[in-house]
Amino acid sequence: MGKFWSLLFLLVPILGVLCFALAPLSGYWLPPDISEHGYKIDHLFKFCLYLTGVVFIATEVVLFWFMWRYDGRTNRDPVKFSHGSHNLEIIWTIVPAATLLFIAIYQMNAWADAKMRTPNVPAIVEVTGRQFEWRIRYPGPDGELGTEDDIHGVNDLHLPVNEQIVLNLKSMDVLHDFFVPQLRIKQDAVPGNKIPMWFTARETGTYEIVCAELCGWGHYKMKGRLTVESREAFDAWLKQRAAEQKATQ
Amino acid sequence: MSTTTVGSHAAAHTREPNGALTFLRTYVFSIDHKVIGVQFLFSTLLWFVVGGLLALAVRWQLAWPWSEMPLVGRMLFSAEGGQISPEFYTMLVTMHASVMIFFVIIPILAGAFGNFLIPLMIGADDMAFPTLNMLSYWFMWPAFVCMIGSFFVEGGAAAAGWTGYPPLSSVRSAAPGSHLGQTLWLFGLIWVGVSSMMGSVNYMTTIIQMRAPGMTMFRLPMTIWAMFITAVLQAFALPVLTAALFMQLTDRLLGTGFFVPEGLIVNGESAGAGGGQPLLWQHLFWFYSHPAVYIMILPAMGMVSDMISCFARKPLFGYKPMVYSIAGIAGLGFIVWGHHMFMSGMNPALGMTFMVSTMMIALPSAIKTFNWLGTIWGARIQYTTPMLFALSFVSMFIIGGLSGIFMAATPVDIFIHDTYFIVGHIHYVLFGGTAFGVFGAIYFWFPKMFGRTMNEFWGKVHFLLSFIFFNGTFFTMHILGTTGFPRRYADPYHFEIFAPTQTLNQFMTICALGMGASQLIFVANFFYSLFYGPRCGRNPWHANSLEWQAPSPPGHGNFDFQPVVHRGPYEYSSPHAAEDYFPQTDPPVEGEGQAQHGH
Ligand SMILES: [Cu+2]
Ligand SMILES: [Cu+2]
Repeated sequence: MGKFWSLLFLLVPILGVLCFALAPLSGYWLPPDISEHGYKIDHLFKFCLYLTGVVFIATEVVLFWFMWRYDGRTNRDPVKFSHGSHNLEIIWTIVPAATLLFIAIYQMNAWADAKMRTPNVPAIVEVTGRQFEWRIRYPGPDGELGTEDDIHGVNDLHLPVNEQIVLNLKSMDVLHDFFVPQLRIKQDAVPGNKIPMWFTARETGTYEIVCAELCGWGHYKMKGRLTVESREAFDAWLKQRAAEQKATQ
Repeated sequence: MSTTTVGSHAAAHTREPNGALTFLRTYVFSIDHKVIGVQFLFSTLLWFVVGGLLALAVRWQLAWPWSEMPLVGRMLFSAEGGQISPEFYTMLVTMHASVMIFFVIIPILAGAFGNFLIPLMIGADDMAFPTLNMLSYWFMWPAFVCMIGSFFVEGGAAAAGWTGYPPLSSVRSAAPGSHLGQTLWLFGLIWVGVSSMMGSVNYMTTIIQMRAPGMTMFRLPMTIWAMFITAVLQAFALPVLTAALFMQLTDRLLGTGFFVPEGLIVNGESAGAGGGQPLLWQHLFWFYSHPAVYIMILPAMGMVSDMISCFARKPLFGYKPMVYSIAGIAGLGFIVWGHHMFMSGMNPALGMTFMVSTMMIALPSAIKTFNWLGTIWGARIQYTTPMLFALSFVSMFIIGGLSGIFMAATPVDIFIHDTYFIVGHIHYVLFGGTAFGVFGAIYFWFPKMFGRTMNEFWGKVHFLLSFIFFNGTFFTMHILGTTGFPRRYADPYHFEIFAPTQTLNQFMTICALGMGASQLIFVANFFYSLFYGPRCGRNPWHANSLEWQAPSPPGHGNFDFQPVVHRGPYEYSSPHAAEDYFPQTDPPVEGEGQAQHGH
């Protein structure tokens, strides 16, 4: 039976690799990236995937091989009466330590770009999470938020394409999380805090805004729509919204 | 009461006040560590069933949302026409995790196995504080009542996730579960904490003070080292959680506003004066709950090390590096909690620091894995049920450990944070890791607990099915996570981007149902063997550690002789022994000493 169990354990790396190889082909994979910075995240994801993949295959195959080779029923060699190896311990401490440290350092620049180096442009829009919708607010013609000509909306976010966007994220009640998978952005909305997010969208189209932090029973239906469009279309849409708003006042 | 004195004599006194013991004192309010251990085992296995059923309900909803649940649907949710409501779904995810973490994994490791094994493996006749030990079990009962009761109060059980993030959890108007249910949840966890703390103090004292003659610290089995370091972790981390729980409780009951910002209005209702910070809770909660991840796996690692060495018939490879890496995990475990908060709005520079410490904590885990592989190198492996579970622990822990690197890498975490990738990761660590380790430990120590062995054939069938269905359920979650599929969604399929994943989810649910059904084999085997299993001698596995020298099951006072220890617990296939094992109590033979130190 030792052989049978060894083969069962060999299925783990085989099917594991197969799973990750077939997933992108069948469409279960990272959604297409439409942001300027997303390639860095995707690259680091794949970097982690290949690196852990190699370690995964190596360790699981060694496990299989030892299980197969040292099956007590068939292995007639005497047991190696060993309490360990000083040299091996040193090697498998230093090599992983250096690798892990390298992985950590390799991430730092992308992280700093995504969350630390705030671009020096004013926020184009303020998004506020509320059970269970996204409240959108644009500054009106005066260019300032919190004035009478602010343009309000719900769940309908429009942004110009190919421009550096800074978006201020707030929450009115509980925690929410502003997640647009295709933009590779995610940030918790925290009541009492105003947190800036920044990105550049490079492709026009409509995308879904996902709430990624549990916010109550309606968490699953907290869906917003993001429309990325040309500067002209965006300006026109904003003007039209302003006019609509004035008409209802 | 002599609970303030430490030592085996004190324990012997408290145990038998008037000679004969009444039924109530023997089996119910027992102060015998073995009975308490078995009480913990039965209670936590029962909660395992509860937690598992909650999980299956979650899986049902994710596969066929808003459809009538077969068989039990009408009975449970008559008001909703047999469907799960979105409110109830958030309670399901909250209570599944809370039950599994606080009522199954933590107490089954420390309460059941810690209690049963510590005195036996160190050669003591009981715990240092037997009465405190009894209380640590009975203090779980108010917690049981709070948790069960919370389903029946107005608004239902807690529904703010097992992490209980305010303001959702602390403001009554935020969710139905944040009425009385959340208060009961907090009380439940406080009681569990009291119980854990009593256990922790007891384990540390017992291991330090009550070891048999000759049992030096570096002759302790890995199980005991792991239990010891886990107890230290509990003792230092738990007070912070307790403080946080009380703060949330006073936020809810007295309006203290520690975690609620000023002027917060939720659903049209004021949340009180406020002046607090929601992130404060997250820091306090994770300061405990990250170390708790290790509290939930280190003892399993210890037990797995013992099983692997025994069935490899070979000494544990790198005993001291194994001990140091457990200590390293425990130490680093206190400075990595921020990796749960990369997206929380915490200072991103702090996130960078936490990323480095989190990466480094993978190192001791890697060292442990290599040493387990080293142990089976050149061995003569006996494929028993406990060995299969122990080896599967290694195989699954490799996956759980490696997938952790993705979340630790902060930029990658931007995409996979709060998706099913993390759900897959945690289940590889806690189910493929800890739960498989625990199954192995049950098959392994069952003969010592009850004097009978479990059926090997059905044990292997249980293993085979659990292994296959487990991977079918959880490996796919990583794939799901790469699509961005979020956690805690009652119905993700109205999102265009997630709609195509429903087939994958149905496959996972079918595997989960299969995994649930396979556990019936275990239950049947367990109870059948309890009464009709073949009787076993003291040492059915030919193992070295002390518990196997005591009768099966051991009587009061454990050993019918004074154990004296002459060597470490891993001298399998020693050239100095006649057999392929060498019990720790066997008298020393000539020339043995030098060989042992010459690694
Ligand atoms: Cu939400
Ligand atoms: Cu953690």
